[in-house]
Amino acid sequence: MNIMMLLEMASSGFGDRVAIGTGDDALTYQELFDNAGRAATRFAESGVDHVGLIDISSPALPVVLFGAGWAGVPYVPMNYRLDTGTLLGLAERISPATAVCHPDQVALADGIDGISAETRTDFVAGLADAEPYHEAWGMDGEDIAVLLFTSGTTGEPKAAVLRHKHLVSYILGSVEFMGAGEDEAILVSVPPYHVAGLASLLSSIFAGRRIVQLPQFDADAWIDLAIAEQVTNAMVVPTMLSRVVDRLDERRLSIPSLRALSYGGGKMPLPIIERALELLPGTNFVNAYGLTETSSTLALLGPDDHRTALASDDPEVRARLGSVGRPLPSVEISIRDDRGNEVPAGGHGEVWARGEQISGEYVGKGSRLTADGWFPTNDGGWIDAEGYVFVTGRMDDVIIRGGENISPGEIEDVITSHPAVMDAAAIGVADQQWGEVIAVVAVPDHGATVEADVLIDLVRSQLRGSKVPEHVVFRDELPYNETGKLLRRVLRDEYAHLGDGSS
Amino acid sequence: MPELKMGGKLASTVCTTEVIVVKAPGGDVDLTCGGAPMVDPTAAGEATSSPAEGAAEGTLLGKRYVNDDESLEVLCTKPGDGSLGVGGVALELKEAKPLPASD
Repeated sequence: MNIMMLLEMASSGFGDRVAIGTGDDALTYQELFDNAGRAATRFAESGVDHVGLIDISSPALPVVLFGAGWAGVPYVPMNYRLDTGTLLGLAERISPATAVCHPDQVALADGIDGISAETRTDFVAGLADAEPYHEAWGMDGEDIAVLLFTSGTTGEPKAAVLRHKHLVSYILGSVEFMGAGEDEAILVSVPPYHVAGLASLLSSIFAGRRIVQLPQFDADAWIDLAIAEQVTNAMVVPTMLSRVVDRLDERRLSIPSLRALSYGGGKMPLPIIERALELLPGTNFVNAYGLTETSSTLALLGPDDHRTALASDDPEVRARLGSVGRPLPSVEISIRDDRGNEVPAGGHGEVWARGEQISGEYVGKGSRLTADGWFPTNDGGWIDAEGYVFVTGRMDDVIIRGGENISPGEIEDVITSHPAVMDAAAIGVADQQWGEVIAVVAVPDHGATVEADVLIDLVRSQLRGSKVPEHVVFRDELPYNETGKLLRRVLRDEYAHLGDGSS
Repeated sequence: MPELKMGGKLASTVCTTEVIVVKAPGGDVDLTCGGAPMVDPTAAGEATSSPAEGAAEGTLLGKRYVNDDESLEVLCTKPGDGSLGVGGVALELKEAKPLPASD
């Protein structure tokens, strides 16, 4: 298996359709295939171990991805906005490599021993002189297709290994070939180094859906581009949706062409989803749950699930709006206790997943899969009686108060259910008596105010006494990284003074 | 008879059809196209004969084909004039059950 097989099918099935871009920058599937072949020649000739990308999105992105796949060289997209030290550290790890770069980073990358860097413009211009690659792509699915540095919200970034078999299995398990109509276009605003940015390229190409890229996310630019390009599909992370919803509301706009909007990549506060559903009444919503190590989506909450949950008076059904839905047909999900035993429906534990798309492997650290193929995700969660999966957050973020494990997620859900609260994070702060106590950092809705005591009473009325926060503080917004992951570490540092310094 | 394994690619010897195996049952499977056994693509060469009568319905690019109990599923990566079968029984076109796009 090789991801090139997906592109070859697309180019022979609908080669004249536009694959990516608009106007002069547009590439048809046939042109994309031909360019990938020329890129493969250049990558193969350079004799490198990796092909790096230190750039924002552009139509060159799939050319680099597929060209590397064809040449049999792993592709490594990196975050070009990282501070110089971190970026140097990552880039050094892939040497010897060739790197396609943003103009701002080309000098930095080229200065690293073993890395030969060029700007995207030079790379694209150089393709015109290159011959089509004379060799067929390898069909060994064990070959490494992509290395993705995981976001490292908790420490040193790890390089997740995605082999051709993982990515191809993901696409064959979740996308119908040429499933998109000729008028369909997807707006991609997640960056190239995010697994959803990678997966959206592969999914859209196999489905035959034109890709429109927004390289630097800005809510107004996103809305304007969606309208101008008659975009039918889009994928956003929570922070993006939150800003889009605000701007749609303020500009009194809707996006009539938008048929489907999927969101994922972090916990989405319910009030934002509810507002989005109101502002985009003609749009189907999909919540997708997945990780870098699982080649993107493991489970999804589909449009019908959203409608049913929203219309229901049954609290259990309504609560599913906050779930990640059910596993893909090609994926199994199970909840395990700390000894790896399966927890029955309704019980809390760690989310484990199994399927052909799951890698669970890191460079230099080997595979985290169990002997029978299960991947412990390090996410906490539970499954309801109907099989809906609820993800409560990273296991590392669990607050341990007096020996009891408390998921920040359930406290955050209660806090954000208050109409005056827009967003919230629950963190543990050190305490001599309890080990940790709960502090809530809440973001009031625009112009709204609420007393800390009101929120404390709200939690007390809905959850056990041990889950009632000791402290509630307010701020204008929570710290998220660029791809919408809440930086709890930053909050824990910033509010450490609320504790009594016992740790 | 090549061993069928997931991700394995097979080619017809009587037309241009190529498939990859998406799901395979354990044990040997006699997968045919146009009535003739399918082989490793590197061994296929140019087709010298045509699909047998009754096995010439053709294959369609990107479509999935399954056996009776769906223990075998293949995806057509190159279309051709022959049709797919196992042990003389034609494979059936699998009905698409598209999932909502998630990325």
